[in-house]
Formats: sequence, C-alpha cells, structure tokens
Amino acid sequence: MSTRSRLHIPHPSARPGDTPDFSYLELSPAGAVDKPPIDVRVRDIDHLSHGLVRVLDDEHKAVGPWNPNFEARELQVALRWIMLTRIFDERMQQIQRQGRISFYIQSLGEEAISIAQGMALRPGDMCFPHYRNQGLYLYRGCKLVDLMCQCLSNTRDMCKGRQMPIMYHSKDANMFSISGNLGTQYPHAVGWAMASAIKGEDHIAASWVGDGSTAEADFHHAVTFAAVYQAPVILNIINNQWAISTFQGFAGGERRPFAARGLGLGIPGIRVDGNDLLAVYAVTVWAADRARRGGGPTIIEHVTYRGAAHSTSDDPTKYRPKDEWDAFPLGDPLLRLKNHLISEGHWSEKQHAALEKELRADVLNAWKEAQKSGTMTEGPYLDPATMFDDVYAETPEHLEIQRKQMLALED
Amino acid sequence: MAQMNMIQAIRSALDVVMDKDPNIVILGEDVGYFGGVFRCTDGLQRKFGEHRVIDAPIAEGGIIGTAIGMGVNGLRPVAEIQFADYIYPGFDQVVSELARLRYRTAGDLTSPVTIRTPCGGGIRGGQTHSQSPEGIFTHISGIKTVMPSNPYDAKGLLISSIESDDPIIFFEPKRIYNGPFDGDPDKAAVSWASHPKGEVPGGYYTVPLGKADIVEPGDDLTIITYGTLVHVAQAAAKLTGFDAEIIDVRTLAPLDVSTLTDSVNKTGRCLIAHEATRFSGYGAELAATIQEHCFWNLEAPIERVAGWDTPYPHAFEWQYFPGQKRIAAGIRKVMEAG
Ligand SMILES: Cc1ncc(C[n+]2csc(CCOP(=O)(O)OP(=O)(O)O)c2C)c(N)n1
Repeated sequence: MSTRSRLHIPHPSARPGDTPDFSYLELSPAGAVDKPPIDVRVRDIDHLSHGLVRVLDDEHKAVGPWNPNFEARELQVALRWIMLTRIFDERMQQIQRQGRISFYIQSLGEEAISIAQGMALRPGDMCFPHYRNQGLYLYRGCKLVDLMCQCLSNTRDMCKGRQMPIMYHSKDANMFSISGNLGTQYPHAVGWAMASAIKGEDHIAASWVGDGSTAEADFHHAVTFAAVYQAPVILNIINNQWAISTFQGFAGGERRPFAARGLGLGIPGIRVDGNDLLAVYAVTVWAADRARRGGGPTIIEHVTYRGAAHSTSDDPTKYRPKDEWDAFPLGDPLLRLKNHLISEGHWSEKQHAALEKELRADVLNAWKEAQKSGTMTEGPYLDPATMFDDVYAETPEHLEIQRKQMLALED
Repeated sequence: MAQMNMIQAIRSALDVVMDKDPNIVILGEDVGYFGGVFRCTDGLQRKFGEHRVIDAPIAEGGIIGTAIGMGVNGLRPVAEIQFADYIYPGFDQVVSELARLRYRTAGDLTSPVTIRTPCGGGIRGGQTHSQSPEGIFTHISGIKTVMPSNPYDAKGLLISSIESDDPIIFFEPKRIYNGPFDGDPDKAAVSWASHPKGEVPGGYYTVPLGKADIVEPGDDLTIITYGTLVHVAQAAAKLTGFDAEIIDVRTLAPLDVSTLTDSVNKTGRCLIAHEATRFSGYGAELAATIQEHCFWNLEAPIERVAGWDTPYPHAFEWQYFPGQKRIAAGIRKVMEAG
C-alpha cells in the first residue's frame, strides 16, 4: 500500500484500437450454480450474486438445476419473439436514418431478457421498463404498428405526440410509461408492489434499469423501500457493460457484481447470463414465486452486452473497440437459442430463414399500416390543439386561453 | 481572433482557465474520455489528465454534491449536467446546500461550483431534452444564473462564472451550439462563421456577470430576452418593421436592472420573451421589475411571449416554441396599444 491516499479512476479493459478483453467478467460454467428452494434463508444464498446462472452450455445443450425443461414448441415461439424484436429494431433504426423518425434506441444483443421475462411474468403483473425493453412491450401484446405510431408521433400515437420515440406505455398490457429520466421507474415499481400487498393481491411488479443508472439515487430509494417492506417486486439490472461512453465500472461494478447491491439490506441477488433465455426465464420464475408467496424482493443482474450504439445520437467507435461484441463471451442470445433448437433437432436453417422472411414481411406491413396514420412529412397530422389536453384532469382557463392564442397564430 | 461555434468557445474557456488555475476540475457524465455528448470537453482529459477531467457515475445529485465537497476543499469544480432536464436529481444539493453554504456559515465555508448544462428545445428532444428551467434557479437566493446567446459571450461569461466565488448555474441553449437560430426550422442551418459574435479571442478574456447587452439599439420598443430567443426576436422585429431595442439579459440573476429600465424608460414599450413556460416564469420577474421602475413612462401594458404552460411536446415542437410569428404578434400588440 502507498503512504498517501490516491484517487482510483476506473478504466475499461479496452478502448478503440485495443483488442477486446472480457477477462474481467467472472463466468460460471453452465449448470454449475445451485438452485435453492424459494423459502431459503437470504443469508445462505449470497453466492448467487457472484456466480452466473447459465443453462445453455457451449455445446448448445440445456443443463443443470435451473433448466426450465421447455417444450420445443415453447422455445420456437420464444425464438420468434426475439427475432421479431430484432427485426423491428433493425427497421426502426433504418427509418430513423432516413430521417422519418427523430430518434431511436435498439436493444440488439439484449432481446432475450425482455422475452424470457415476458414469458415468466403473468399478465396481471406490472412492468416498469427502461428504454431497451421493447421486446417486453411486444411480448405483452403491444402491436408493432402501435409502437411504430408512437415513434412517428402520428394520429395513432398512444402518447398523442407528447413523447420522443420509444417512450411507449400500455395500460392494457400493464406496461408503465418510459421516462427520459433514468431510474425514476424503480421506486414506482416498489410502490406498485407495496400497493398490491396492501390490497391483498398476488400481482407482483418488475422493473429494469441499466448498469449505469444504478448510480442514481432513485435506484437506492427503491432498493431500501423494497427491503424494508419486503415488497413483492423483481428489480432487474441490465448490465450491458456500457452506459454511454462509460463502462460499468463507473457505476461501481468493478469490485462487486451489481447483483450484490441489495445484500447489505437483505435482498437476495442473482447474477444470470442475460443472453441465455432459459436461464433468465428460470431465475425470473424463481424470484416471482418468492415474491408472490411473501418472500419479498429479488435483484437480478443480467450480464449482457449492448450490441448497438447507445442511441441514434451516438457513435460507439469513439469509446469502445468496434469488434467488442464479437468477443463477448456470452455471445448473441438469438444465435444461442437458435443453435440450441437446431442441436436438439427442433429447428433448421431452412425454417429459420423462412421465419425471418415472414417476420420481415410482418414488420414491413406494420410500417405501411403505421404510415397511414401520418408521418413527420405527410398527414394526417395530430391536431396541435390537443397539446393542451391532459396537463391537468380538467383544463384550466389559462390553458384554454393559450390554446386559442396558439390556434389563432396557426391559421 | 478565431471563428468558433458555441461548443468550441465553451471548450476554449475551460481550456484557458484550466491552464491558469490548477485547482479547476471538471466532472460530469461522459465528459472525460469521450469529451461530452455535445463535445464541449473534447480533448480536455487528454490535456489535463484524469484527475482534472473526471467521468462521473450517472447520478446528478452525486455530481453536484461531490462538487460542493471538492469546492469546500479548495478546488474550483465545473460540473456538467448532461441535459438541464436531468438536473432535478441534484436539485436538493443546489437549493439546500450549494446556494446556502456561504450564508449559513457566515462566509466561513464556501464552494465556488459552476454547473454547466445544455437547455432549451428545437432539437426534437421531446419533454426530457428540451426544458428551460432557469426560472426555478433564479428563484433561489445564493446562486447566480447565466445564459449566453453567442460564442463570444459564452466564453467570456463562462470564464467569469468559473472564476466567481459564488456558485453559478450556466445554461447553454443547445439549439444555438452550432449556429444562431432565427426560429424558422425550415431554413437551412446557419453557422456562427457569418455572425460577428462568432469571432472569439483564443486567449483569456471575460464578459462581466451581471451586465445585460444591448444587442440592437432602437426607439420604438424594448424587447428583453436571452438565449436562443435573442436571435428569434431580432428576426421577428425585422418582420414587423418596428425599430426595436433588443436586450440580451445574459446574467438572469443578479439582474442588470438599470440597462433594462433605462431602455424601457426611453422607448415606453416593453416585450419580454423567453422559451420557458410562462406561468411564474422568469418573465414575470422582469415584468414586475419594469413595472416598478418604468410605470410612469409606459405607454402600453408590458407583453410577455413564452412557452405554453404545458410540457414540451415532441410532435408540436414548433407550435410550442415561441417563434417569430408569436414574437411578432407580441410586438404588434405592444405597438398598437395605448
Ligand atoms: C437523470 C438522467 N441523467 C442522464 C441522462 C442521460 N443518459 C441517457 S441514457 C444514459 C446512459 C444510461 O446507461 P445505462 O443505465 O447503463 O443503460 P443502457 O443505455 O446501457 O441500456 C445517460 C447518461 C438521463 N436520460 N437521465
């Protein structure tokens, strides 16, 4: 040790021009982490926050105590949802590049998390997503065309043009509204879960934040309340290694995994291979069962990689190696599930290609349909007068006056 | 002299003062290796090292709170909040701590933090990348609130802010980072190269805090504004043909009362324009000040043009933004009254 204090500045393992290096990631072999009963004493499972729950092994087999033993058909459906999410993202990214929507965020490389958790939760459970959970919206019943119309701010937009693209919500699907402000949804989820317990219902809540956002105070408020009241909630941390230009070490991920964030408060944490749909599903079911039966909150850290740019406003080659994703040891969730199905004899390249073609057509058709409700350059347009609605339950007089002033200037 | 846009001018200000004073440090999200999402700190970490240009966790309360502590311990921190819309998680640290430390310790403990943050709309940012929360901060005693409208002022005011022993909130209207904007989104973008205030000295200079700027002299009416709307007001005045005296407030608090009131006492008519929402907005303070000092010389009621009292709607950005039409209508109203 040195004789004076020093300032530690976290450094990512690789910057542009360097060879990608994921040696910092602690991995457990598939099947190696035990699966405790849900009524286990919290202090006896601290190790789950440091291991890595994995079901799919390097030979594409599903192994170990967390294997949910899916039917082939169920996994084919899951694959379909992952593929749909990716194709949807690809198309929307392209549409943004053509200047037809103002902004977009892809979930490339993280799709399995949304789909697996969509499968593990019940429709009555409430989701408080972040902006890379589009797969969850789709899985829980939001139509492609409705998500597209939100991105277009058109006449069919659920937000009536008030939000930037990707900031969806769906009351019917029990999907909360995405905020631009990071981490704010976390305490909402805890409060919703507390209300569910107060009302004596067995619905649970789930929320998601990125690794970077765990630094926000709202994250810590949520964890504290969840622990104190043992709220029936699943608190997910999507550790995709990067915030914008800062890697996960800037949120404090260097010495302890994010899954361990709740241990001091007695919240169990599970670290899971976020690119392994089977593993994510299994840990989510475990956490949901616990929550539904009075066991309280669970923190799940999903280890994954942000395959695309942060958003359409960002150029990741300025701060990380171009080929970093290729070197990511947990691979691509879509390919892993596909290879598993193929190796089990339940899928083929031919079926895959056919499905991809079908989904591309679905997405294209949805886009054609969405444009009928208006684009940035072609009508029909939303009525600007609606801008003054919903500020309050009833529009006060000063806003009615402003509405008239605005309309008078419009014509 | 060099041609600079506002981003380059801000970077140059930081560069110049950091060269001069080793106690100046920068901290914020993505400000270090990457150089900031708007590139305002690009290259500074390479030059001044990782102990002086510090990438921060995504925690605005943490950024402002630790900056206060650094300031108490002799450093002169410049904190960047990535968007003004994200300053709220740090609000308690600004209001209860930064603004009050000097007062509650009778001057024994102080912290000269400058908080830089991009504000304003016009970039299709929707309600969480477009806000103008300056009025919330001018309401707090103990901090100074600054908003430049051009590269020359941006550099000079930022240097004055950083060197000030008082805490400062420094708002940067992001719509005019790359060029002046007259309020017409359909016109091709203009660069600062064609604007006189795009000429910026490369070295050290200051623009004093607490001094408004008469951007254009005139006799018919006074337009008091700041930030992006300085340029929109100039275009709107041209549209109406009236000879407007246009004043850029620059330092919102403390306010340069005499420059404003001298002008209104001369013209007898006053329009106040800002992008922030109208109700309880900063314009209300300006109107009250003008009324107190100029009542007997006023020939018409003071008019305010501001953002509507709604969140900034993504789809209706240009119906929301107080553009040329709205300001021109305000000018006509002031001129036709009385
Ligand atoms: C309160 C707040 N501060 C800053 C930002 C700007 N910002 C948007 S996304 C982002 C990075 C978030 O990273 P992470 O939480 O890791 O999520 P990821 O994008 O990797 O999924 C930042 C800094 C914001 N939206 N809200």
